[in-house]
Amino acid sequence: MDSVRSVYTSPSSLTYCDLPWIIQHREDRCTLCGRCTAVCPVNAIYLTYRRQRVPKLDVLKKKRGNEYRHFVGIRQHTSIEKKCIGCGMCSSVCPNEAIGPVPNTNEHRTVFHQNQKGEAWKRGGRRNKSGATILDRIAFDRISMLTDPALDAGRHEFSLNTILGRVLPPEEFLRRKMAGEWIPPTREIFPFIIGSMSFGALSPNMWLGLLQGVAYCNEVLGIPVVMATGEGGCPPWVLKSPFLKYIILQIASGYFGWDEIIRAIPEMQCDPAAIEIKYGQGAKPGDGGLLMWFKVSKLIARLRGVPEGVDLPSPPVHQTLYSIEESVMKMIQTLSMAFGFRVPVYPKISGSTSAKAVLNNLVRNPYAGGLLIDGIDGGTGAAYNVSMDATGHPIASNLRECYLDLVAQGRQNEIPLFAAGGIGKNGNVTQNGMALIMLGASGVHMGKYIMQACAGCLGNEMGRCNVCNIGICPKGITSQNPKLYRRLDPDDVAQRVADVFMAIRTEMKKIMAPLGRSQSLPIGMSDALGIDDADVAKRLNIKYIC
Amino acid sequence: MCRLALKSSDTPFSPYEVLLAMEAMQEGYDGSGLGLLMRGVQFTDFNYEKDKQVILSGIAHTEEALSRLNGLMENRGFVQKYDHEFTVHPELIEASDRFKYIVRVYRKPENMDEADLEEYLMQTRLFLRKDGEEHGGDLTVFSFWSDVVMIKEVGWPLAVGDALSLDDNRIMARVVMAQGRQNTNYGINLYACHPFFIQGISTMTNGENTAFVPIKEWLEGKNIPGYTGYQSDSEVFTHILHYVTRKLKLPLQVYKHVITPLKSEELKNHPQGDFLQGLRVACRRLIIDGPNAVIATLPDETSMLVMDAKKMRPAIVGGKPGTWAIASEMCGMMAMVPDRDPAFDFQPMREHTVIIPPDRKELQIWTQFDPFTLPQAA
Repeated sequence: MDSVRSVYTSPSSLTYCDLPWIIQHREDRCTLCGRCTAVCPVNAIYLTYRRQRVPKLDVLKKKRGNEYRHFVGIRQHTSIEKKCIGCGMCSSVCPNEAIGPVPNTNEHRTVFHQNQKGEAWKRGGRRNKSGATILDRIAFDRISMLTDPALDAGRHEFSLNTILGRVLPPEEFLRRKMAGEWIPPTREIFPFIIGSMSFGALSPNMWLGLLQGVAYCNEVLGIPVVMATGEGGCPPWVLKSPFLKYIILQIASGYFGWDEIIRAIPEMQCDPAAIEIKYGQGAKPGDGGLLMWFKVSKLIARLRGVPEGVDLPSPPVHQTLYSIEESVMKMIQTLSMAFGFRVPVYPKISGSTSAKAVLNNLVRNPYAGGLLIDGIDGGTGAAYNVSMDATGHPIASNLRECYLDLVAQGRQNEIPLFAAGGIGKNGNVTQNGMALIMLGASGVHMGKYIMQACAGCLGNEMGRCNVCNIGICPKGITSQNPKLYRRLDPDDVAQRVADVFMAIRTEMKKIMAPLGRSQSLPIGMSDALGIDDADVAKRLNIKYIC
Repeated sequence: MCRLALKSSDTPFSPYEVLLAMEAMQEGYDGSGLGLLMRGVQFTDFNYEKDKQVILSGIAHTEEALSRLNGLMENRGFVQKYDHEFTVHPELIEASDRFKYIVRVYRKPENMDEADLEEYLMQTRLFLRKDGEEHGGDLTVFSFWSDVVMIKEVGWPLAVGDALSLDDNRIMARVVMAQGRQNTNYGINLYACHPFFIQGISTMTNGENTAFVPIKEWLEGKNIPGYTGYQSDSEVFTHILHYVTRKLKLPLQVYKHVITPLKSEELKNHPQGDFLQGLRVACRRLIIDGPNAVIATLPDETSMLVMDAKKMRPAIVGGKPGTWAIASEMCGMMAMVPDRDPAFDFQPMREHTVIIPPDRKELQIWTQFDPFTLPQAA
């Protein structure tokens, strides 16, 4: 037996039991093919030779001794940078179901050591808070089936679309119509919108798959889905294609990609669906966009007009701006003008107690086409963990407050509010979205859910995977490395986009039919909502049910 | 479910006729109430002059409320010309706090132009209603307008008619609309009973407006006097009709386009599609939902019937030149105009607006797919 000599453990020395994911390897099944070690995105596992001592005592010969057995096994690295992320790619390639990560149910220690070399922890994903959200707990409880003949979700016709863009009060609409004056542009769109994920954050295959799926939804299924680009522009072939009308172009504080967009304007075959001006994002309020150097490939560099392989942090605010009043005036008006006042322009802000101030400013701006509020549960491709976990405002009460503010002014039909941040976090995408719509949203944006449902993103709210920021996405969704993103077939993504939106359409009808609603989207129909928490009910001004 | 009956005739008739139609349709309601509106009113005991006089309808629940009402009306400059005394059989009424059913004729104030007068009449009605609410609900006011009488009471429609002796022909009218059943979806309240009334416009509905709350919130946000109450989800139909015709000054045809707009693909082929598409967006919060048959009457004695966008409620219109009726059920129609040719009865579909014009010669049937005259946007 070896004696324990002086053991040196560094402050960050960990054992595999300290890690959030523990690799379970069954040597009796392993064929030593090595696929798992090759596929692991973080090199968490390695093939190694081991020696096992077997004590041997021969009683008849009165002889003591040892025998040694040698074997080959898979072991787990314990250094922070190589800790297992739980993605499970090893199990997906194993021919014999011999390996896989298991969540560590004990507390794990990595969280204390994620700041090696003074680098605060950056990751992708969203707030690591699991369990049912407030939205998940809202029930639709005003069932009119009992008082009047109900609708049939399967057979009746439903108007499910919403309006994006500034809506005039009826009196002003009639006056301008009569006088032949400008009427702000509006779009009739599906209320579930694919939220901003940039070309850069997403791999080319993912982006192409989404666009194909969106085009299919519009042109074949008759579901007018639109998708937002996020910061970072749009491939020139898309800008000049008829598919541009399904795309909301985002301009953010880094203005990445806008050279290409402005240059393409004369050659555009159609207008984009809308322009989104990003002032903030739910996952990291007060922080600008971030594309880490791993992902700035040749293509992305060209599109954004930057050198290859450098970090691209957008400033936290628009540098040309001085105040919200000015930004609203300058940017909304400038972008409206750039597209001939034919395209709705709206800001996106992070959920915050100051959202109402922005909203009230927009109400008085004749060019503002809406407001998108992104709550604390919003996702991102890259952000500091502390921003994601601790900064921001949940969407439900923020949206509700803004809507009731508009109601008090009688302006709720004029500035459509859109909500984002955690929609479908636990898979209940239609229920979450419809709850927000009945709280007052005109529609919802969803990003993470789309990645999870349409491309198989493995991230969850318990820290699984969350490596979107460093370009090693094992599914090829958020990577710019062709070896990784070729794993993702754009056609399959497109198929899933169609699946997802068809299902959402059906579920919307299944929610609306019992409520007796079919003629218009039930925006602000708060009488249909109840929740099993008296404080939340009071805050959201809905019923308390138990 | 509610039952609706309307009869419009060149010669004044007893409102009891319409109550008999309600009785024919009795299976469809629960006896929780009656609402009755009359236009083209004629009293046996008084020569009513529409141009010079207005009528206040309501209930004084206590003697104190009645004397307060006398004072308030006097203070607001209204001179009483006639007080209709119903022959009341209180034993037939469920409620016990009905001191007096008010149908009173007042002289129109002089030196007031039409618009000011209309505003003043409505403000007076709202003022009286508020006064009643402030005094524990001892005064209920249904309408205050030229040539409009309204009665609302809890109970079976025919029993209410018997209780007020409406069959004694002392009060008759050319247009009578009645609705049986209180708004039991939201709680029994006299103000929750159809028909609803604002500035000469009245509607009653058979159904449930499931988009009530967002519509109500939008109407309240307009801060237009009179857009209050909303004890019933159907009250918004009246206010939308008022808003479309009086505030937006749009033709009557547009009402249907506001509450049940055509689909985008249908509007693409509509001659006024561009305008209607814009209107649909601007008036998006006024789109109704659920099964509804809406019956309206206007100050010129026009009557109107429209359906919800899915035609989920029955309703029938029929009659003969000079006498027409609208009912939620065929049996109600049979009771009101038995001697008509049923082959000419019409059951409107989702796109129709049926109009009984004031001359009562023939029905007008508009469809939403047809263009209409719209001078403003031409």
